[in-house]
Amino acid sequence: MDFSWVASYADLLVRGAAITFLLLSISVSVGFALAILLAVAQLGAFFPLRWLSRGYCTFFRGTPLLIQLWLLYYGLGSYLPFIPGLRASFLWPILREGFFFAALALTLNFAAYQGEILRGAMLSVPKGELEAARAFGMSPGKILRRIWLPRAIRIALPTFAGEVVLQLKATPIVFSVTVMDLYGAAYKIRQDTLLVYEPLILVTVFYVGLTFAITQVFQKLEKSVPSRR
Amino acid sequence: MNSVNSILELLSINPPGWGGVLLTGALATLLISMGAYFLGMVLGLFGAFGKLSGFRSIEWLLQLYTTVVRAVPELILIIALYYAGTDGLNRVLALVDLGPLEVNGLLAAVIVLGFVQGAYMTEVLRGAILAIPVGQLEAAKAFGMRPALRFRRVILPALIPNALPGFANLWMGVVKDSALIAVVGYQELALAARMAASNTKQYMVFFLAAAAIYLTITLISNQIFTALEAYYRRGQRALA
Repeated sequence: MDFSWVASYADLLVRGAAITFLLLSISVSVGFALAILLAVAQLGAFFPLRWLSRGYCTFFRGTPLLIQLWLLYYGLGSYLPFIPGLRASFLWPILREGFFFAALALTLNFAAYQGEILRGAMLSVPKGELEAARAFGMSPGKILRRIWLPRAIRIALPTFAGEVVLQLKATPIVFSVTVMDLYGAAYKIRQDTLLVYEPLILVTVFYVGLTFAITQVFQKLEKSVPSRR
Repeated sequence: MNSVNSILELLSINPPGWGGVLLTGALATLLISMGAYFLGMVLGLFGAFGKLSGFRSIEWLLQLYTTVVRAVPELILIIALYYAGTDGLNRVLALVDLGPLEVNGLLAAVIVLGFVQGAYMTEVLRGAILAIPVGQLEAAKAFGMRPALRFRRVILPALIPNALPGFANLWMGVVKDSALIAVVGYQELALAARMAASNTKQYMVFFLAAAAIYLTITLISNQIFTALEAYYRRGQRALA
């Protein structure tokens, strides 16, 4: 075991870890917001939206993340330059980067899984509470905002930590679209130094450590939310 | 955008089209997934009984196996095992004076993914075994059944319905994880699609085609697992 390379690659590793963390936080937060829309649309009465969101969830849960990532990066990416005006706009430097497509694919994927979980949680909110809200004369929007969603999120909270960990474990494949995340850094170190195991072991320790941190944070969060079983 | 005709031409089975390459890739994906799934099931069965065996050292070792495999990203595991496996094999071969061996990509993929699946299977099967009412096992023992007979007649039929939902999830998981094998360069569906796409520059067409094939596999599997669970739960009271 030879770890003498760590000092000279510390910069790359730290930047990689930051990118991994950034991808995780973007995809989890934006994906969660999207998941709420998906869950509400799936339970809504408006059938085109219901079908659309159901189809979306089926597609993103039924195909590998790698295919989704490549579809967006190579497929969608090859059409973007043909949109008039986009190349000249200030968005272009962002849209050209692999990072954008990586974040997009991870977000869309996370939203599909989380949307399905939230839908289940919304269905398991006790009917009496929703009826009580209606009896108080709350509008459907207010019921959703004040009763239905908060209760559903609370019900889904225990599975949320697991989903975030799964999402973390899914992030390394972004290296296949030229993003220098933590695994990408390990990959580059392997190419430079011809060491196979040492870089992998080092980044693995980071992933496992972050997993541990995530579970700790969510345990705290779960304890801070009042609940009666 | 291309016309429908030229897209059909691109996807045709015969050589100017790339449909044949995609279907061969899909077959490889299915073979890898099934191989890894059944290898994982065997490992999981041994793992589950090992975890419930009561031997401290075995339990501790298996706990390490399931924890590490489930905590480390699949991609890293696959790459590490792939290189470690072939490297280790060639070192052993060098010790007995045999030259380096070109490891069959399909076999390596099956073993690597199967090893990962084994950890998840261990947990699913352990849970399913623990959910069997103790009285049934005690009754089997009281009838004087040998362990093998007890396993075949009592444990197995009772654990299958408990384990099926977990099995279904793992099958979907392994089909999707098999795409990661593309990263180590074995040509399954994802890599086949990528090759076709980069040769023709029709990225959208081929990745959508690959996604459609994956979706077909997962949707059909879903139906099969639903039917299987209905079959194995026959005679049981409906849940809730």
